[in-house]
Amino acid sequence: MISLHRLPLLALAAFAGVPALAQDQAAAPKQSAPAALTCTPQHAAMGHCTLPKPLPAATSEPARQSQPACSPDHAAMGHCTAAAAPPTAPEATPQAQPACTPEHAAMGHCTLPSPAPATPQQVQPSQSTCTPEHAAMGHCSLPAPQPAQPAACSPEHAAMGHCTPAATIGAEGTDLPAGSGSAPPVPTDYAADAIYGPSAMAMGRHHLSLHHGGQNFFMAILNIAEVKVKDGRDAYEWGGEAWYGGDINRLVVKTEGEGEFGAGVESAEVQALYSRAIGPYFDLQTGIRYDFEPNPSRVYATIGFEGLAPGFFDVEGAMFLSDRGELIGRLEGYYDQRITQKLILQPRAELNFAAQSSEDIGVGAGLTDAEIGVRVRYDIAREFAPYVGVQYERAFGMTRDFLREEGESPGGFSFLAGIRFWF
Amino acid sequence: MNELVLGRRALLRAAAVSGAGFGLAQALPAWAQPLSIGLVRPLATVSGNDISLAIGQVSVEVDGKVSRAIGINGTVPGPLIRLKEGQRVRLRVQNTLDEDSSIHWHGLLVPFEMDGVPGVSFPGIMPRSTFDYEFDLSHAGTYWYHSHSAYQEEDGVYGPIVIDPAGPDPVAYDREHVLVLSDHSPLAGATIYRKLKQMGGPYFNRQRMTLSGLMAGKDLTAQERWEWAQMRMDAADIADVTGSTYAFTINGFGPYDNWTGLFTPGERVRLRVINASAQTTFNIRIPGLPITVVQADGLNVRPVTVEEFQIGTAETYDVVITPEDRAYSFVSEASDRSGLGRATLAPREGMSAPVPPLRPRPLLTMKDMGMGDMDHSGMGHGGMDHGAIGIGSTAPAKTRGVDPTARQNASGELWKLTGWKETGAAAATATAAGMAGMDHAAMGHGPSADPATAVTPVDHAARGRSMPAPASAGHAAAPMDHGSMGMRDFANAPQVDRNPGVQTISPMPVDRMGDPGTGLEDVGHRVLTYRDLIALDRNPDVRAPSRKLDIHLTGNMERYMWSFDGVKMSEPAEPIPFRHNERVRVRLVNDTMMQHPIHLHGHFFELVTGHGALSPRKHTVNVQPGGTATFDVTLDAQGDWAFHCHNLYHMTAGMMRVVTVRPDNGDA
Repeated sequence: MISLHRLPLLALAAFAGVPALAQDQAAAPKQSAPAALTCTPQHAAMGHCTLPKPLPAATSEPARQSQPACSPDHAAMGHCTAAAAPPTAPEATPQAQPACTPEHAAMGHCTLPSPAPATPQQVQPSQSTCTPEHAAMGHCSLPAPQPAQPAACSPEHAAMGHCTPAATIGAEGTDLPAGSGSAPPVPTDYAADAIYGPSAMAMGRHHLSLHHGGQNFFMAILNIAEVKVKDGRDAYEWGGEAWYGGDINRLVVKTEGEGEFGAGVESAEVQALYSRAIGPYFDLQTGIRYDFEPNPSRVYATIGFEGLAPGFFDVEGAMFLSDRGELIGRLEGYYDQRITQKLILQPRAELNFAAQSSEDIGVGAGLTDAEIGVRVRYDIAREFAPYVGVQYERAFGMTRDFLREEGESPGGFSFLAGIRFWF
Repeated sequence: MNELVLGRRALLRAAAVSGAGFGLAQALPAWAQPLSIGLVRPLATVSGNDISLAIGQVSVEVDGKVSRAIGINGTVPGPLIRLKEGQRVRLRVQNTLDEDSSIHWHGLLVPFEMDGVPGVSFPGIMPRSTFDYEFDLSHAGTYWYHSHSAYQEEDGVYGPIVIDPAGPDPVAYDREHVLVLSDHSPLAGATIYRKLKQMGGPYFNRQRMTLSGLMAGKDLTAQERWEWAQMRMDAADIADVTGSTYAFTINGFGPYDNWTGLFTPGERVRLRVINASAQTTFNIRIPGLPITVVQADGLNVRPVTVEEFQIGTAETYDVVITPEDRAYSFVSEASDRSGLGRATLAPREGMSAPVPPLRPRPLLTMKDMGMGDMDHSGMGHGGMDHGAIGIGSTAPAKTRGVDPTARQNASGELWKLTGWKETGAAAATATAAGMAGMDHAAMGHGPSADPATAVTPVDHAARGRSMPAPASAGHAAAPMDHGSMGMRDFANAPQVDRNPGVQTISPMPVDRMGDPGTGLEDVGHRVLTYRDLIALDRNPDVRAPSRKLDIHLTGNMERYMWSFDGVKMSEPAEPIPFRHNERVRVRLVNDTMMQHPIHLHGHFFELVTGHGALSPRKHTVNVQPGGTATFDVTLDAQGDWAFHCHNLYHMTAGMMRVVTVRPDNGDA
C-alpha cells in the first residue's frame, strides 16, 4: 500500500513510451488478404472464384452424382463439388477439374489416384498453382495482385469479405430465409419409458432434476467475530447468519450480539426467517426474532429484506414487532472495497430505530443508536480472513439516557480485531 | 537455438517430475505417455467391436501434486477409443462407484436410448453395475466421451474418441496426436459448485479490479467502474472457475509435466484437439507455427490457416501443422488468462520450446452486455431503468493495462523458465502479461531492459478501427430506435420467464459468430471465427427452415443461477418440441455476460454464417457474451435428447432442456 502512489507515475512513464511501439504493431503484417487473381481452373475448383463463363440458362436441380473430372477425394476436400455447389455457376466445375496435381496432393488437398502416399519431398512451390491458401502456408509466393474480378463473387467469398455479391440468386441451405411455421405441441410422454420402463426412468428423471438446478445448499458465515478495545472497557461482538435452501426459498438463521468482558452478555438475538428471492438481487425475509438479552427477553415478529444495491452495496433492513407491541427497526449496510485481490476494506454502518420509547428494552423513540466503522481484512482463504478496524458508536435521545442509568457507555470509539469466517 | 536453456528451478522441477514419472506412467494410457514417440497410423489402442470400460476412483498426479479423481480403466483421461466408420461397437461400461454414473458419446449420432444421459435417454448406470451400449458408427471424426452424471466430468470421467473414415481420409497427414484439454482441480466438482452457489464468481476470480489498480491507472477509470457497479456487473468476470484452483491439463498432464508429442521434421502432423474441460474456454496457439484447421466438431472443413483459435468447452478442432526441425510449445490458454496448459511438440525426446507468458486478462465491453456494436456511448439518457448504461468507452480498459494485483496461476511463470524471448509486438504484449501476473519479479527481471517503457500493452494499436474520442463520448446521446436499452427489460425477450434467476436481458444482441472470442479481438494475428469455417461436404439437407425459434440463455451471476428462457431444468422445464425431420432455424440469444457453449445431443446443426449448402456442421456452438449464434438443424433423430450449456456448472445450475423429436402428426 505504501508504494501505491508511485504506480501512477510508472504508468505515465509507460504511456509515454507507447506510440512508437503501437505504430509498429499496427503496421505488422497481417494475414495476407487474398488477392484477386486471375481465375485459374484450380482456383475455381477450390471455390475461390468462378470461371468467367456465362451463367447457364437452365439452372437445373443440382444432382449429387459425381462428375467425371471431380474425383471423390477431391470433392471431399471441397476443391471441387460433386454436386454443383457454387450457385452462380452450377456447371462450371467439369472442365475446371484438373487432375490431382502432385503439388496439390503434397499439400494434402487431395490424394493422388495412385496408391503411393504423398510425401513431403513432393512439395515444389510452383507459381502456376500458387493459390492463396498455398501462399498463406508459405509454400509458394503469390504473383503480384491483380485487379479484382467483380463478376466472380461466390457467397463463401463474400462472407469472407473478399467481395460483394451481386445478388443472392440461387441461395440454398442456410442462406435461405426461414418460414413462419409454428411449433408442435409439447409431448406428454417420455421416449425412454418405452425402452427402459417408466419406473426406472422416473428415478433417472429425479436425478436429472436434482442435478440440474434442484439442489439445496447450506452456508454459515460469521461476518463479525471481534474484540472491541475501548477506553478500559473491552467488549466483544458477533454477527452472522446461516442459510439452507435452494435458489429462491431458504431458511435463514441470523444472530448478533455483544457484551463486555467480565460483565456478561449485553444483547443477544437470534432470528429464524423464511427468505424468498423477490428479484435478481433482493430477498424478502420474514419470521421471528428472539432476544435472550437484555432482560426481560422479547419475541418479535420480523419482516425485512437483504440484498445487493446498485454500486455493490450489501444492504439489509428489518422491522420487528414485539410481543409487547413495541415496534423497532434496523438498517445496515456494508461495502467491500478490494485494495488488492486479498486485502479488503469494508466500511460498515448500522442504524436502529424505535417507534416508541420503552425502558424495558432500553430504547427511546426515533433513532436509537448508530454504528459506523471500517474493517480491513486479509483473505488468507476466501473462507477465512482476520481483520482489524475501528468503529464509532453512539446512542441517541432517551436510549442514551437509559444506557447512562444502567451505567453503560453510550458510545465512543473502539478498536476492533476479529475474524471473518464462513463455510 | 530453440532448445530449452533450463534454469535451476526448472531442473529441480524436472527432476521431481521424472522421479514421479514412473508411477505416473503406469496410470496413463499409452497414447498419453510423457515424451511419447507419437502416434503413427495405424494406432494400437482401445478398439474393436467389444470394448470394456470401468469407471472408478483413481489417484492422479498433475504437476507433482497428487489428488483424487474418477477415471476410466484407471486413467484420467480415459483410453482413446479408436473405431472405424461403419462398424458396430459394443461398449460395456462398468460403474465401480458408489453413485450413479453414465457415459455420453459426445458428437456420435447414436440412437437416443444409447446416448447416455440419465433421466433423458436411459436411467443411468447404477452403482456397482454394468450397462452395455451398442450402436453403429455412421460417421468419422474426432469426438469424445464423458460422464453425464453429477460432477464426474470435472472429476475425470472423460476421454477421446477417434472414428477413422471408411474410405480415404480427405485430410492428408503423416502422423497424428490426440490432445485432450482439461481443467484439473484438487477440489472435487461438488465442492467447486458449492463454493459458486455460496459466493458466486468472485470466489475463484483473482483478477478482479481493485483500488490498487485504480490508483495505478489500470483497468477501467473510476467513472467507468462506478457505472459498472451501478449495474452490479463486473467487467473482469470472464470465467467463474479459474486458474486459481485449476491446473490446465493436456492429456492429463499439467504445464510443468510437459507432455510431449514427437514428429519427424517436415511431416504433416494432425492434432486432434478436444476441449474436454468442465468449465474452461481455451485459446490455442503454437508460437511460430501456422495452424491449418481441417475439421470442426468431427466434420471436415475447408482448410483455413490461422495463428490462433478459441475452443469452447466440448468443441473439437482437428488441425494440421508442418513443423520444422525444432521444438514447439502447444499452448492452451484459459480465456480469462488465469493460467495455461502446455504441451511440447518436438522432433526428439527431451526437447522443449519457450512458452509464451500469459497475456493480460481482458475486460468485458458493452458488446458483451448485449449492447451491440456501439463503441460510442453516453447512453445514460432517460427511459432506462436502474441499469442505465453509460460506459464511457470500451477503449480505455484495453489500453490501461491490468490490475497489478491480479493473480495468475503457476503456469504464468513458465515463460521465464523456458527462456521465452520477445520480439517486436510480442515483446510489449508479453511484458504486459508479466505485469498482469503481479509477479514482482516480472517487473524487475523481465526480458525487456526497461520495464517502464514496455509495460503498456499495445492492444489499442492493433485495434486500428476508429474509436470515438473520449471527449465526445460522454455527449453522444444518439437516439436509440431499437427499443429500450434497459439491462433487464422483458419487452426485449417476451418469452423469458420473469424471475430472480434472470439478471439481465441483452437489449440489442448482435450476431457474434464472426467474432474470434472474448479477449482475442486485438491480438494482432489471425484468429479463427465461426465464419471462417466452410464445410467440405455439401450439407445433407439444404431445405429452408420451416420455422424460427429463439432460445434465450439466461442467468444470474450473483445467485449463480443459469437457465434457458429463465426456466431451470429442475423447475421442471417443459421440453422443447420438434417434429421428426422438420428443419428449424434456432437463434441462441445470450442474455448473460459469460460464454455459453451450447450442445445439442444426437444432431449436427449448420451454423448460419453465409455459407449456404456448405455451412459448417457442429454439435456445440459457443455463444459469445451478449451476442447471438444461429443454426439450422434438421431433427432427423427421433427420441428425447439433451440440450444444454456445456459449462458443467452452468448445466448443473439448470441451463439444460430436453428436446423431443416426435413423428409429425399433422398438428397445427
